[in-house]
Amino acid sequence: MSEVTTASVAVETLRTVRRERLRVILRSPTFLAGAILVGFWILCALVGAAVVPVDPYATDLLHELAPPSAAHWFGTDQLGRDVFSRVIVGARDILTVAPLATLLGTTLGTALGLVTGYFGGIVDETISRLIEAVLALPLIVVALLALVAIGASDSTVVVVIGLVFTPVISRTVRAAVLAERSLDYVSAAELRGEGSLYIMFVEILPNVVPPILVETTVRLGYAIFAVASLSFLGFGIQPPSADWGLTIADNYGLIDGGFWWTVTFPAIAVASLVVGVNLLADGLSKALAE
Amino acid sequence: MNVATPPDALAAEGLDVCYRVRGRDRVVLRGLDFRIRRGESFGLVGESGCGKSTVALAATRYLPRNGRVSGGRVLIDGRDVLELDNAELRRLRAHSVAMVYQEPAKALNPSMPIGRQVAEVFEVLGSPRREALEKARAMLGRVRIADPASVMVRYPHQLSGGMQQRVVIAMALAIRPSLLILDEPTTGLDATVEAEILDLIEQLRREYSTAVLFISHNLGVIAGMCDRVGVLYAGRMVEEGPTRAIFEDPRHPYTVGLLRCLPRRGRSKAQGRLDTIPGQLPPIGAQITGCIFAPRCVLADDLCRAVDPPPVRLSDGRVSACHHHERAPDLPTTAPPARRLAVLVDQAAVPVLSLDHVSKSFGGGAVTVRAVTDVSLELWAGETLGLVGESGSGKTTLARMILGLTGPDAGSELRINGRALASHAFQRHAAHRKSLQIIFQNPDTALNRARLIRRLISRALGKLAGLAGAERLERLHALIALVRLGERHLDVRPRQLSGGLKQRVAIALAFAGDPRVVVCDEPTSALDVSVQAAILNLLADLQAERQVSYVFISHDLGVVRYLSDRIAVLYLGRLMEFGPAEAVFSGPHHPYTEALLSAVPSVEGGRPERIALRGEIPSPVRPPSGCVFHTRCPRKIGAICERDVPQLREIAPGHSLRCHLHLDELGGAQAPAAADQASVS
Repeated sequence: MSEVTTASVAVETLRTVRRERLRVILRSPTFLAGAILVGFWILCALVGAAVVPVDPYATDLLHELAPPSAAHWFGTDQLGRDVFSRVIVGARDILTVAPLATLLGTTLGTALGLVTGYFGGIVDETISRLIEAVLALPLIVVALLALVAIGASDSTVVVVIGLVFTPVISRTVRAAVLAERSLDYVSAAELRGEGSLYIMFVEILPNVVPPILVETTVRLGYAIFAVASLSFLGFGIQPPSADWGLTIADNYGLIDGGFWWTVTFPAIAVASLVVGVNLLADGLSKALAE
Repeated sequence: MNVATPPDALAAEGLDVCYRVRGRDRVVLRGLDFRIRRGESFGLVGESGCGKSTVALAATRYLPRNGRVSGGRVLIDGRDVLELDNAELRRLRAHSVAMVYQEPAKALNPSMPIGRQVAEVFEVLGSPRREALEKARAMLGRVRIADPASVMVRYPHQLSGGMQQRVVIAMALAIRPSLLILDEPTTGLDATVEAEILDLIEQLRREYSTAVLFISHNLGVIAGMCDRVGVLYAGRMVEEGPTRAIFEDPRHPYTVGLLRCLPRRGRSKAQGRLDTIPGQLPPIGAQITGCIFAPRCVLADDLCRAVDPPPVRLSDGRVSACHHHERAPDLPTTAPPARRLAVLVDQAAVPVLSLDHVSKSFGGGAVTVRAVTDVSLELWAGETLGLVGESGSGKTTLARMILGLTGPDAGSELRINGRALASHAFQRHAAHRKSLQIIFQNPDTALNRARLIRRLISRALGKLAGLAGAERLERLHALIALVRLGERHLDVRPRQLSGGLKQRVAIALAFAGDPRVVVCDEPTSALDVSVQAAILNLLADLQAERQVSYVFISHDLGVVRYLSDRIAVLYLGRLMEFGPAEAVFSGPHHPYTEALLSAVPSVEGGRPERIALRGEIPSPVRPPSGCVFHTRCPRKIGAICERDVPQLREIAPGHSLRCHLHLDELGGAQAPAAADQASVS
């Protein structure tokens, strides 16, 4: 089969191949469903504040804890704020913090992975053992300790989650680099007298982009989950944000009283975003594997 | 159907197969018609991408998920394979058809001992467990495995490639199939091992009277193995008939071209260029009007471009799909006349590259692998040194040490133009680095797939020749012209080029800094024969123009003979023989060289009597005492071979070898030697 594909590709232009691959991606129902979900929330984060029917921060003590109705589609919370508007607006913080944290983790992880994979030997041994030590600690515990020590703020959350993700991503990158390292073009570059940095970042890096892309998407899903969890625990995004995790933390005590709407809608929002990102990652990895 | 004649073992009737790639159906087999009678062996040849393997997959309904039979029928033992339901299909695969693929390591379960795997076949056929194991032992004996009991308890990774393939063949024949499909069964094995496996298949085929479908890109292998041959081109059977007739009197321009591309036995670059087939295979699924081969055919005329030639039945039972089949044998050659300059080797000057007592061992302590031991060689300007030997003989390690990719052991000395070379490339002087370059075996991995060709070559010119700006651009164009590439090949990525074009780019990269020595590590073994010929021509031309020296590694002795001026034969990391190419090939030569030469399959009918090497290459961790070759040597004298290391001695000017045998007793020297002895006594 592989000989069939290489032969056919030989004369097709790269553009055709790309266009066809794009079409395969777009036709994949998995990818499409993920794109719709994530796209919806990104849209909310970008323009939500401008289009929501009710000011999400306005309290209305006369209508506190009102059930879903025509006026308040998702009901109101204990301060009488409109839950629907808050869910829409709540996308903004998590969709800023989680991607930034992922980006940080990917950048550091890629650099580490390239270094360990390319040099191997003692460099690899040392860094890999350290990474294994970090991996042994549960994410939430490390994050909590760091946030308690440094103090909670959006930027701390980004740094902490980014650093916690670094070893995981570096492992993926290392594995991909190891496979590339044994290919002849790396030997050829060495024979040409190229430096290590050039070989790592200019020769090898472009060829390991697909696995990095997939890993990044998967990590984004985890990052969203982690940010929501930290916010719920009070160490993540801080009030008065309409963040979903924060909202759930504020209201979960009310479920016993039958006021389910205050918690259910933000919870669905978090879940749908995480599922959407994972669907994207699935679709992407399938398309890139072809 | 006639009741009296038994049905064919395999018959394809108007078989069409297509693959769905990125959302479109692409035709790979176009109306294939052929039949294999019971007990007959049928060879299928053609370049890669012609659909050879697809035939085997379609016949056994193992097409990948995106493939389907879109027309025609396949019959095995007279039953339409495509009509079978699941139970019948399973029965067919269990009882009637067996397959052997290229990589035996992938066909065996790595976590199951050999004995159990072979016994499993018998259990499926209904034998109780103990009896199955007994039968497995007998079966392993039949594939000439010397010690079946010890092999049965081992795991696949503990066996060599040749042994693994024997086990796979044992499993395939265990069911006494009426049809055995062999898809490149010996590709990737050493020539000596290949010859053994082919002999084994031939013997067993007669023993079991099994019909064989033998798929190979190697014309020599097919010529020696098959009763009938089918030549496949772009999914169409262009010629089919008895082997002898096809190889001696081909009647399709493609077959003629394929046969002419091969460097025939004894042919060398001094005798002119090799023929090539211009152009390249049409892409999979291309829409074609007229003859599929017309764009590459010298005989093509308007009729060929308009009308698809029907298969024409010729005398002696063969079929050719060509309008001009009667003119095919006189196909004009495409090779331009040789403009070969005589290579002037000035032996008075210093050699361009010299190796003195070069050794390399890996690991340390009890398990030291001595990959290369005490090799001394020199290479003169403008000549080619062929490195020959089975895998594990140290060819590649030696090449990597020359390049500075592997550091040699202390005490080794490498010199370029008389000056000492540092052991690693990064320690070497820039001038030394650019003087020593390599052309890798596989251009797919040798070119960075993320880069445009233009950028690849520019970078090489920048680093190796130190050029920039307009000057670099000028040299870039000169360089691509040198390797016969065009402007349109520059702004594409490697994957958009065919294998041959990619290898030209790799050659351009190696020549960017005007090298003095280029290591060619199997540069044509990943290419088809027609492309191989063009690349060999190019390498020979470049050498003549630039007086560059090559260190040429290849397992294909015909190719080595064509390009090499001198040949070094390595065995277990030791130099066994070193001398002018012609002398090494014609003899007198070392017993090991003799065995290697006799193992080469050839299209010129009648393989010479093969000299079998017993057993396997010994472990380099514990090499045999005395002469390292004594454990496998067919000409072993006795205790002296086990005790004393033979010295490298010169038997003719510039031709030396390492053997205890008397000069007269060496292979290739028999005729004159016999005469001499007669006169002496």
